[in-house]
Amino acid sequence: MRRLAAFGRFWWDFVIGDDWLVAVLVVAGIGATAALAAANVAAWWLLPLAVPVVLWLSLRRAIRSA
Amino acid sequence: MSTGDTFLVLSAFLASGVEFVEALTIVLAAGLARGWRSALAGLGAATVVLAVVLAVRGPALTAIPIQALQRLVGALLHVLGPQWLRKAILRASGYKALHDEDAIFARELAEAEGAAHVERAGVDWYGFTLAFKGVLLEGLEVVFIVLTFGSAQGSIPLAAAGAAAALILVAGVGLAVRAPLARAPENAMKFAVGVMLTTFGVFWSVEGAGADWPGSDAAILGVLGWVVLSSFVLVRLLRRERLEAVPV
Repeated sequence: MRRLAAFGRFWWDFVIGDDWLVAVLVVAGIGATAALAAANVAAWWLLPLAVPVVLWLSLRRAIRSA
Repeated sequence: MSTGDTFLVLSAFLASGVEFVEALTIVLAAGLARGWRSALAGLGAATVVLAVVLAVRGPALTAIPIQALQRLVGALLHVLGPQWLRKAILRASGYKALHDEDAIFARELAEAEGAAHVERAGVDWYGFTLAFKGVLLEGLEVVFIVLTFGSAQGSIPLAAAGAAAALILVAGVGLAVRAPLARAPENAMKFAVGVMLTTFGVFWSVEGAGADWPGSDAAILGVLGWVVLSSFVLVRLLRRERLEAVPV
């Protein structure tokens, strides 16, 4: 059980890292892109635009909690 | 070689290189403090485990349809990339201490020297487990990088070639100097890896979500430029903010 928990912790740390908000916003962005694409609206611009926004929000959180 | 393939090799090389530098530091600390026999046994055992993981998982990934894989890998890298970039930007703007391989090596060495000597199967157990766990954890990250980058771009061998080149370089320099690669520009490498992961993540996420890029594969260059520009602007903003906050 301890090994399983350690394995889970390894992947959580590796993928999610220090800020879960990044994962939530990225998944929301991908969902929104898929929804736009399904409605035949050009959607390629959404995720690149989200990059600085997500980074900025996450950086502010990191600095506030430091 | 296409733009995508060049990026694939370069990304796998840089991302794996960072992990190999960290693994080398741990193996060196284990070898110098506890003896090379146990450190090399740990390194060998971890390599065997990694080879089994690669042999089992590699073919399974290639059986997944490419769009589903791009969706999964794109989302994963899109989450991973900004995490790396976030740390790199915090370091570059002075909000976080720079990664210091010398300090990490000194800490690992002191801990290894202070641990009790327990011999199992003819090797020093602490040295063996230290090297084994270090190589296994860093190696798992390399396996993940090679399989995800390679399968989503349609060429695991190219990604493996990038990682192999990094391994040869790091192991070769490590053997020659027998010291942690403190002079390797690890912080700059981590920044570059964050940029690459985010670029690939964005590119594949968009394709995986069913949207089309204007210019097809060449759009990677545009995404790369945008991510680099955004990162440098954020570094400058945070650096200025930090300096203004320091009382004169």
